[in-house]
Amino acid sequence: MQSSAKYLTRKGWYQTAIIAIIGGTYILGSWILNFDNLSGLMAVPRAFGWLGINFQPTAKSVEYLPKIWQKLMQTVLLAISSTVVAAIISIFVALIGSKVTGINGFVQLIVRGIASFFRNIPLVAWSMILLFSFKQSDFTGFLALLLMSIGFLIRAFMEIIEDEASETMLALKATGASYFQVIFQAVLPQILPSVLSWILYMIENNVRDATLVGILTGTGIGFIFDLYYKSFRFDAAGMTVLSIIIVVIGLELISNQIRKVIL
Amino acid sequence: MLEVKNLDKSYQKDHPALTNISFSVKPGTFVAIIGPSGAGKTTILRSLNQLIKDDNGEILLDGSNIRSANKAQLRKYRRQIGMVFQNYNLIERLTVIENVLHGRLGYKSTLAGVFGRYTQAEKEEAMSLLKKVGLEDFALQRCSELSGGQKQRVGIARSLIQHPKVILCDEPIASLDPASAQTVMQLLKDLTEEYNLICVANLHQINMAKKYADQIIGIRKGQLVFDEAADLLSEDILRTLYDQDITKELE
Amino acid sequence: MIDSEDRVIKKPQLPSSPNIKLHETSLSRVMILLVFVSLLLITGFTLTHLDTANVQLNAAVKELTSTLHQMFLQPSTGSDGLGELLQGLGMSLLISIMTTIIGAVFGFFFAVLASKNLTNVYLGTIIRVVMAVVRAIPTIIWALIFSIVCGLGSTAAILGLSFHSVAYLTKAYSESIEGIDKSTIESLEVTGSKFWVIVFQAIWPTIMASFVSWTFIRLEINFANAIAVGAAAGAGGIGYQLFVASGMSFDFHEVGFIVYLIILVTFLLEFIAVKIRHFYLDR
Repeated sequence: MQSSAKYLTRKGWYQTAIIAIIGGTYILGSWILNFDNLSGLMAVPRAFGWLGINFQPTAKSVEYLPKIWQKLMQTVLLAISSTVVAAIISIFVALIGSKVTGINGFVQLIVRGIASFFRNIPLVAWSMILLFSFKQSDFTGFLALLLMSIGFLIRAFMEIIEDEASETMLALKATGASYFQVIFQAVLPQILPSVLSWILYMIENNVRDATLVGILTGTGIGFIFDLYYKSFRFDAAGMTVLSIIIVVIGLELISNQIRKVIL
Repeated sequence: MLEVKNLDKSYQKDHPALTNISFSVKPGTFVAIIGPSGAGKTTILRSLNQLIKDDNGEILLDGSNIRSANKAQLRKYRRQIGMVFQNYNLIERLTVIENVLHGRLGYKSTLAGVFGRYTQAEKEEAMSLLKKVGLEDFALQRCSELSGGQKQRVGIARSLIQHPKVILCDEPIASLDPASAQTVMQLLKDLTEEYNLICVANLHQINMAKKYADQIIGIRKGQLVFDEAADLLSEDILRTLYDQDITKELE
Repeated sequence: MIDSEDRVIKKPQLPSSPNIKLHETSLSRVMILLVFVSLLLITGFTLTHLDTANVQLNAAVKELTSTLHQMFLQPSTGSDGLGELLQGLGMSLLISIMTTIIGAVFGFFFAVLASKNLTNVYLGTIIRVVMAVVRAIPTIIWALIFSIVCGLGSTAAILGLSFHSVAYLTKAYSESIEGIDKSTIESLEVTGSKFWVIVFQAIWPTIMASFVSWTFIRLEINFANAIAVGAAAGAGGIGYQLFVASGMSFDFHEVGFIVYLIILVTFLLEFIAVKIRHFYLDR
């Protein structure tokens, strides 16, 4: 009884300590960053009030619609194509780099290093470097999204292969099948639905990220939002945000339906 | 004839998983390997088709040594050795017949295998094997829709289409309910006789081993402590094998 | 699956039929094929119609190589100096930590209220729809909106990032909660416990591991977002310095140094996340 009472007391202290550390970090952070929590909280309703007044679509903002939708579609196409190209590259790299199907320990290490490198360089850095060499064009946006997606998809695909394909792969290896037969007959059919699911997720994510890339590189929907916003055409900016919401949620719903059927 | 001579294996230095294992099995024999968890049953089974590389010893299938085979030769040996897994290891998304046909991959050229091209004869054989294991009506069903016992029978059909001399069964009934377990064990026993196979199965259930196996091999802490006909397995031996009284299981 | 078994039994496959099919056309196969083909077609169309601003590919790649060379092989602290950069880095890190804390606290409460196995359907649906809308708006747009109301600076960045964090974590947590076995909740329900007692005594301990793991994933995302917001909305932190160095003063040596700093921090975050996840999984 003594020890269990002690255990509960210690657990209580432990939880209190964690809460204190997290709370302390928060308060210290607010102080260092000069973040006034109360006025921050007050700013939220004010921001929505401001949004409600300024982002209201007017008769004029409808005129912006064709332009907005053209840019938005361009952005969606860019997000899709960068994801697909990234997926094609990533699946090959993941196959030679995963613990299950990989060539050898050295290659696996290199692949992991490359994936982590691409993933951890901030999107801002990619956009700016590429902008410097490839100028203000869709191609720059495409490349920035591509490089970022490759980093994420290699890791995701390797995890899928290691989680889902190791057992079935063993079974085919035991029948005397060759490496490529095992890959095409066991590994790929097994992981296809999960891979597709990740591709869909990456497309959704890239549409959102494309906004950031667009603001930095002057392309797509990000550019047009930045333009309207900085020139105080808030009704058009509001229209842009509304369009983004519709498209992103639309994509999410379509993806969920596709997932339901394939998984 | 499958002969194992002086097999050794250790995963870590000075912690041998197997020491000096030797036994032999004649065609048409159903062998059960029993022993406590972690005794090395799976290691033995998987070194028989070299999914695990052992350290020392010889494994002879009809006189030729599997252990010294190169990559291409090993593939040829492996297709003579079917394998059945505890978790079935089927490709759940593919159909029953596609999974059975996977057993033919070892005989195909890489390209034909990659694209999954099978001959009419192979397809017909797959259908007749499915009939044999009682699943001919499920050929076009996805494996994910089958019950555990049915999946295991697909696994058995997949190993039979390899035209094997040996079938290795790694805990074939550990994930099955008692009724399906009986069906699968009876099927394995019948097939062993019909095709004059060597069937080696890891088993946890001693009563099953006694009921269906011809020969029983007992492993304890990586060492072979028993290798006799099934009816010679006594309570004394079980006690040494498992370090405890589990005679109740025999009844 | 019993009904589909019946269906198959009614039309048995004859073993001697001249053409043995290997699979039937199922919805799932068709869907996968359809999605892949349409994705490839879209990609092909986009790539052939891409606006490249007439950039000479050779020259551009050459330039990129030299930029990368300056960045990664000759990094330097540039005009800002080490102290300034570290201060910016600390600021971005603090912003990401604070917004993750805000996201975790609010996210958990909203998740409890949104989970299908806990609350009434209407409240849950309303929360889920609102969160889906909040998530659909990119973080950078949230930050830009708040920067008008609060002025440029860390307050706008914190509020902007928090919105997306709360919405993201609400979804993640509520999926974990919905995965809980019903018996866990029932066992406390039968003792007559109050709703929030059940939440903190049964649900919280059960989802602890996935809670911690999602929170750390979000911390990594927030760090990346803090940099992005700093760059694109001028909200301060290392992101702004990165933007100035790469887009205004074109000092790629400094860009390289900043990127190295950021990579170092993300590795550190990943390392801590792995350690803490192991700690919680082992318990």
